[in-house]
Amino acid sequence: MRWNANARLTAKLLALAASMLVFAIFVMPPLYDAFCEITGLNGKTGGKYEAVPAAVDTSRLVTVQFVASNNENMPWGFKPSVVSVKVHPGEAMDTVFLASNPTDRDMVGQAIPSLVPFKAAEYFHKTECFCFNQQILKAGESAELPLRFIVDPDLPRSVNTITLSYTLFDVTERFAQKTDNKNTDSEREG
Amino acid sequence: MAHGPQPGFKRWLYTTNHKDIGSMYLWFSFAMFLLGGCMALVIRAELFEPGLQIVQPEFFNQMTTMHGLIMVFGAVMPAFVGLANWMIPMMIGAPDMALPRMNNWSFWILPFAFAMLFSTLFMDGGAPNFGWTFYAPLSTEFAPPSTTFFIFSIHIMGASSIMGSINIIATILNMRAPGMTLMKMPLFVWTWLITAYLLIAVMPVLAGVVTMMLMDIHFGTSFFNAAGGGDPVLFQHVFWFFGHPEVYIMILPAFGIVSAIIPTFARKPLFGYSSMVYATASIAFLSFIVWAHHMFTVGMPIAGELFFMYATMLIAVPTGVKVFNWVTTMFRGSMSFETPMLFAVAFVILFTIGGFSGLMLAIAPADFQYHDTYFVVAHFHYVLVPGAIFSITAGVYYWLPKWTGNMYNETMGKVHFWLAFIGLNVTFFPMHFVGLAGMPRRIPDYALQFADFNQIASMGAFLFGAAQIVFLFNVVRTVMGGKTASDEVWDNPEGLEWTVPSPAPYHTFSTPPAVR
Amino acid sequence: MLRGFNRLFALLTTSVLAHSALAEEQGAERWGVNMTQGVTEVAQTTYSLHMLIFWICVAIGVVVFGVMFYSMWRHRKSKGYRAAQFHESTAVELVWTIVPTIILILMAIPATKTLYDIYDTEEADLDIMITGYQWKWKYDYLGSDVSFFSNLSTPRTQISNQQPKSEHYLLEVDEPLVVPVNQKIRFLITANDVIHAWWVPDLAVKKDAIPGFINESWTRIDEPGIYRGQCAELCGKDHGFMPIVVKAVPEAEYAAWLGERAATAAKMRELTGKTFTFDELLAQGEKVYNRTCAACHQPNGQGVPGVFPAIAGSKVATGPLDGHLSMVIRGSQKNPAMQAFGEQLSEVDLAAVITYQRNAFGNDMGDTVQPIDILNFKNKQ
Repeated sequence: MRWNANARLTAKLLALAASMLVFAIFVMPPLYDAFCEITGLNGKTGGKYEAVPAAVDTSRLVTVQFVASNNENMPWGFKPSVVSVKVHPGEAMDTVFLASNPTDRDMVGQAIPSLVPFKAAEYFHKTECFCFNQQILKAGESAELPLRFIVDPDLPRSVNTITLSYTLFDVTERFAQKTDNKNTDSEREG
Repeated sequence: MAHGPQPGFKRWLYTTNHKDIGSMYLWFSFAMFLLGGCMALVIRAELFEPGLQIVQPEFFNQMTTMHGLIMVFGAVMPAFVGLANWMIPMMIGAPDMALPRMNNWSFWILPFAFAMLFSTLFMDGGAPNFGWTFYAPLSTEFAPPSTTFFIFSIHIMGASSIMGSINIIATILNMRAPGMTLMKMPLFVWTWLITAYLLIAVMPVLAGVVTMMLMDIHFGTSFFNAAGGGDPVLFQHVFWFFGHPEVYIMILPAFGIVSAIIPTFARKPLFGYSSMVYATASIAFLSFIVWAHHMFTVGMPIAGELFFMYATMLIAVPTGVKVFNWVTTMFRGSMSFETPMLFAVAFVILFTIGGFSGLMLAIAPADFQYHDTYFVVAHFHYVLVPGAIFSITAGVYYWLPKWTGNMYNETMGKVHFWLAFIGLNVTFFPMHFVGLAGMPRRIPDYALQFADFNQIASMGAFLFGAAQIVFLFNVVRTVMGGKTASDEVWDNPEGLEWTVPSPAPYHTFSTPPAVR
Repeated sequence: MLRGFNRLFALLTTSVLAHSALAEEQGAERWGVNMTQGVTEVAQTTYSLHMLIFWICVAIGVVVFGVMFYSMWRHRKSKGYRAAQFHESTAVELVWTIVPTIILILMAIPATKTLYDIYDTEEADLDIMITGYQWKWKYDYLGSDVSFFSNLSTPRTQISNQQPKSEHYLLEVDEPLVVPVNQKIRFLITANDVIHAWWVPDLAVKKDAIPGFINESWTRIDEPGIYRGQCAELCGKDHGFMPIVVKAVPEAEYAAWLGERAATAAKMRELTGKTFTFDELLAQGEKVYNRTCAACHQPNGQGVPGVFPAIAGSKVATGPLDGHLSMVIRGSQKNPAMQAFGEQLSEVDLAAVITYQRNAFGNDMGDTVQPIDILNFKNKQ
């Protein structure tokens, strides 16, 4: 009788522990990402935005600053073509970042966007961005990386300046591993 | 049915007896306390003067990391589990723990976990050197190879804690003597019940966060690496979701111990028993919604910053209730100050000071100046050393006559107390000053203006270390012999544990006692 | 007699004055026990907030400990005091739940106000990007070409106690961050490798620098001066050795400084075309090595076994030149601790330090690397 009670309780508590483990590994990261996107935590901006026609708010101008930096040992040259632009909310704007691979091997880069002030993050929409994909540059190659964005007309009036930062990471090895895995997978299938 | 212990080493290896396992937990944690303490002394010796004298920065970082990990997971937590093993069955009138074989297992995996953790010191590249909070990416992309062993040892410790907690909950819920209703349980049992639930809820989160690290290091995932779409700040959120309840895990059982000792030596019932239970439960609940106050400078939207500030300040209310209750218990009592009471009173005073600095740290804009300085080091040592360590010491002195049947040496106990009390304050109080004056934590060398107080703190640390030798000597002497203790030991103390003979027989309450 | 006393008094005062002047000259304020009041409005508000909460805590402490010590003194068994038996009072418990709550609300109001102030980064006059590296800071003045690294300038010999320690031991850098007073300066803070935190107590600015993400903070400094701080987030071995020095100067002086910096950058480009002698390169290389490389590879070039490889007899430093150039300029592909120094050091310094490494610590390659070789290597397909 008592043994049964203990066994039942143990099973319940073990299930609780297991579910907390699942919660930590499989629920918290996506929950955090969702939370970041809603609140602009860490300046994370959303993914690709489908432009909806909206009235351009010509009554004010917002300054959008661009900064670029390389992480760790990323040897590419990487900088914005212009340091800042002024834009009316609701109006689509195009710009490019300049990247060059000075090394003698083919490399893959991934740019990670981050934006301040955080409260502006949800009002900054990218309809086209080089950060959506990994960028491949052959040895010695240069490229213009395009960005097209719209500042939402609902942007709080207290925000006059938005700073958009890109950090460029070297993901050549990561990329190679993934391709290798894919190759072995398809070989197995074949 | 009632047979005694097996002879020799097998007794300890195969034992399923709650008293044997409790003793092993306590001795193990004391060994870890001395080991972690030696590491603290290495740190304090290096910080005695500006300049690098004794160790190099890389080894210094290994010392701070290992000191934190060993003290938290090796000294404080097993000591509380040891006291729970010894006392909970005796307090609720149960013959043993509910799951005795699992009890044996949860203890015996611990030495292996810590042997593995300790062995990292001798590995290529050295031991973990990223602080006990092991923030990514310092602990992933930039970590020494020994990190993998660190992760496994954390897994084992987590398994041990979870099994221990399941056992404690099962014992408390299923094994109480007839008539021992929940609201009649001693507070130590109550606080442990709540602590055990906290452990089951958050140890898996710690296991999860180290597992994610393991995957990032070896299997190419990027939970914490921005390059692959992850985020190093996610690590901090998951870690502190474990970490904040963890600090209450290290203090709630202490509340229970002190709530047993103060009424005994004030010869007056505990004031506000039920509000103590509710306060403990609300502290446990609040501990889940305040974690980001460890991360005020990480860059959060202002709404988040405000929420975590208000929630953290709120913890002061139930904690205050507890302190007021203890003081009121003492008020108009008939007090005497034997060693356990001295430690308990010191607990109330010094823990309250730690609580004050905690309240200051909760104020987000002020925290921007305090964060990651020695002010924080002073704060958490004020809540952990007088909080956890002093209460465990008080508990050991309080129940040692019951365990061994012998009285400890009172003079030596008082010498231990005063050495520890002075040593502790001399060590940690100046840390408030250097922290406010601008000394960051976790640095092996510092600017000249911090030299004077650091020198004082280092001297205090060695005094505090020396005090523990007196403690060890006193306990060993009491185990070997000494004045015989009566069954009640103290002046009319409350609780079932005092109704059994001293020393407590190998099996107690084989037939359930009658409760009032 | 009286005259003698007067003389003694005069002697005493002058010696005391001289002593305090000396102490002031030494700069370091010893026995400091409290937070700095700082030199910005935010710092001063933070300081008063800190003091307010401190005094509230003291007041609560006096009441609670007062009652406690009183009863420890009066209600003792040895004095024959007999214990009362009360153990509950709903009214009292209600009071000490509600009163602290009210005190907390009173504390939260000014705290919230200050927080809103700190978060208002709009309308900045000047933007500076701060990047944390293991173990140095990089400052970029946005909108101008000026960008530089700021390293610890305390010599290793002082740290290892072979030399007396200077006044600003561990709080001095080769290139301070120069900023104008009375202007709103916005900091954009990020990191290159691990998490750092940029902290200057006098400005009450502390913000984590996180790789891949930016944070922002701001300051407006009231008075010119030199303000020192340190990295506040454990970032590896030399976490304690990456100080911050902010030099606040009047606006005109700042403009002059910025112009001069831009000119220096142009001159550096010119020097890149020059050819140096072997000895010139060795001498400059030793300086660069001690500043930049010695932290890991050690001043004697022996490294730390298992952690940081030795330069003495290393395969890279005594191997083909291209491999060595690639290692220093682009960093190691395998070990993230070996950073890419290509953008951190000038062409002249790179050439000098590589020449030095190939010809010091018993290495004897005998070859010279010129700044133009570095440039060619960087531009090579």
